[in-house]
Amino acid sequence: MNMRTEPMTVNVGPQHPSTHGVFRLRITFDGEEIVEVEPILGYLHRGSEKLAEERNYVQVVTLTDRLDYTSSMINNQAYCIAVEKLLDIEPPKRGKYLRTLVAELQRIASHLVAVGFFIQELGAFGTPLMYAFRSRERILDLFEMLCGARVTVSYMRPGGVFADTPEDFWPALSDFLEEFDEEFGEMEQLLLQNEILTSRTRGVSTLPADMAINCSVSGPVLRASGVNWDWRKMAPYDAYAEMEFDIPVGRSGDNYDRFWVRMQEIRQSVRIIEQCVERIESGPVRHADLPLVVRPEPGVEAYGRVEASKGELAFYLVSDGGVSPYRCKVRSPSLINLTVTEHLLVGWTLPDMIVSLGSVDINMGEVDR
Amino acid sequence: MNCQLDAASIFYENSLYRFMYEATGSFVPCWMSHLLAGLAIMLLLVNSVLLGAALVTWLERRILGRLHNRIGPNRWGPFGLLQPIADLAKLLTKEDLVPAGADKLVFTLVPFVMMLPLVLMTAVIPFSYNTMLADLNVGVLFILAVSSASTIGIFMAGWSSNNRYALFGAARSVAVLISYEVPVVVSLLGIVMITGSMSLNSIVQAQTIPFLLVQPLALFIFVTGMSAELNRTPFDIAEAESEIIAGYHTEYSGIKFALIFATETGAMLVVSAIIATLFLSGWNGPLENFLGWLWFLLKTLGIIFVFIWVRGTYPRLRLDQIMALSWKFLLPLSLINLAVTSIEVFVLKGVDGYLSTMDLWIMAGINIPLSIMLVLLLGGVLNKKVDASPVKAVAPVVPGVATIEVK
Repeated sequence: MNMRTEPMTVNVGPQHPSTHGVFRLRITFDGEEIVEVEPILGYLHRGSEKLAEERNYVQVVTLTDRLDYTSSMINNQAYCIAVEKLLDIEPPKRGKYLRTLVAELQRIASHLVAVGFFIQELGAFGTPLMYAFRSRERILDLFEMLCGARVTVSYMRPGGVFADTPEDFWPALSDFLEEFDEEFGEMEQLLLQNEILTSRTRGVSTLPADMAINCSVSGPVLRASGVNWDWRKMAPYDAYAEMEFDIPVGRSGDNYDRFWVRMQEIRQSVRIIEQCVERIESGPVRHADLPLVVRPEPGVEAYGRVEASKGELAFYLVSDGGVSPYRCKVRSPSLINLTVTEHLLVGWTLPDMIVSLGSVDINMGEVDR
Repeated sequence: MNCQLDAASIFYENSLYRFMYEATGSFVPCWMSHLLAGLAIMLLLVNSVLLGAALVTWLERRILGRLHNRIGPNRWGPFGLLQPIADLAKLLTKEDLVPAGADKLVFTLVPFVMMLPLVLMTAVIPFSYNTMLADLNVGVLFILAVSSASTIGIFMAGWSSNNRYALFGAARSVAVLISYEVPVVVSLLGIVMITGSMSLNSIVQAQTIPFLLVQPLALFIFVTGMSAELNRTPFDIAEAESEIIAGYHTEYSGIKFALIFATETGAMLVVSAIIATLFLSGWNGPLENFLGWLWFLLKTLGIIFVFIWVRGTYPRLRLDQIMALSWKFLLPLSLINLAVTSIEVFVLKGVDGYLSTMDLWIMAGINIPLSIMLVLLLGGVLNKKVDASPVKAVAPVVPGVATIEVK
């Protein structure tokens, strides 16, 4: 029997529950199989790069919070490192340690969100997500102690951080670390060996290493493909040179490996935080003789780069000698990681597509800027 | 006109029906008193199902809340018990939308088509000793036939909505139903063979020990198949929220949505009641003549809790995996169960054609280890095929960097 069938085009997003924000995919389906994908971006464009040209160097920090709103601290860090290179200054040691510490806390929070929603997209109704958010809440509470804000933190400044820790921060942090071990252990127990999870994700949407490198993919997505590339090791910034940690790498770059790499990175981040707590010394937290409004030399350029939770996040700044950058370019990992979308999705089915998209872990605030 | 109910009638055992029939029979024709008595009981049943569905909604949200480390609804009424009523009031005030390009008649019919089989199923469930609308002698068959009719409603919803996500949900739902009907039907044949009857009342009375012990494999298959037909996790692909928004009922709003939602939770209630009847010996228990309803209710609530628990724990399977589970795993299991049970019944059956309690214990002793062994064995075979270990990609590796690799 010969039945006439025709492909069906569906707009997934921008109001779909699992597109991680206002992301839209125009997908052509043959049955449930995907034959064509076209990502459509720009629903959250706020012109952050242009806005940066109108603010002075310190004010731009608040703009970076709103790029990847699940990892504001790391965005602050990347921008501050770029400005420090522009001014050719170094933050004091305590400032460096504090930045490393909060960046790792933020990485945990961001990975928890990524893993939680990844499982949610697999269809688990809320429980793993709420487990993840239980720990994330604790981290946000710690941020609130540090700077009074939970999400849009603006904690870091060029030359260090804006304030030292309050007294009750350190006991709260050690409490958190103690309980996080157990809470995260529960999550690992529930998820890592889960039969349905492994059968849904193993071997699905594989990303070969050469493809990943050619598409300039970075972060957990690259590492899941088997490349042990991490800017914290390759070009250590802040206090990472003194930290001991491993890089988890996947084998085949499938959905499970991307999920597994994030789960392991959370454990490694805890290791880094523990080392920070052990070695931090008292002292100033911000570069002493820095005016409120800095004016770098005209014609100077700087490229500050960090390993953000989603990949390589970099700020490229050009100075014309004024109070604000002449040009501020953001190299956002989410946008670049989206270049492999088509490769990951075509040929797989609708349920796998949602999961693959979740495993890449994009953040629209950062994609559209 | 003095109407007397024939002792052979399927309604004879139902004292409420008989009372209504004979009371109304004194002033209306007998056929009309049938109608009146039936209507009175249906009114009771419909209301108890809908109210039960509201309670199950509350229960589900509270239990899921506990599983999620949250509290759940607790504002309206004691422990938030009136929350379903508040929700209903809200939904009633919503605009009743029919999307452009939708088939309006079919679209509107859906809630009724879905509700109908649900209410019909309650007709044959024995709630307590002799408390059922009709002691149908083909009760099991009736339930199986009627329960699959609800899929027509789902397909109508998906087709008439003029929405592609709804169409996805409808197509998936039909595919799942066709696959799961077979193992579910075959799994119940064992029970029918043991009791020698399809009447649910006889099945309850035959359970001197719960069939949970005698037919563990059948229970496993039936619960799995029913969660697929009810669209419960891990088989909820027809309304997979993260994939196709709300599946077939994406376009429904207001009171239509409320009815569809009530049908879904009501279906869970009714199916749990059927499982309690078939496998957990229904209203059997201490003082069953007076407390039968209590045992029945407790057993039903236990099953409902299991459904909710599973929903709070497991991710969803993919369509092809659900199909594979049905055809490669559940169907062979149900056939093995049927073969083993028929041999056991043939060997153990006494001269009077009935199985004694001792026979049932012997069957339990054979079937429980056999079931565990079969599930593990067949599961292992299936698992090897699914989890083909992925090929290692050749990746440029930076030397001298501490790495850990996935197992």
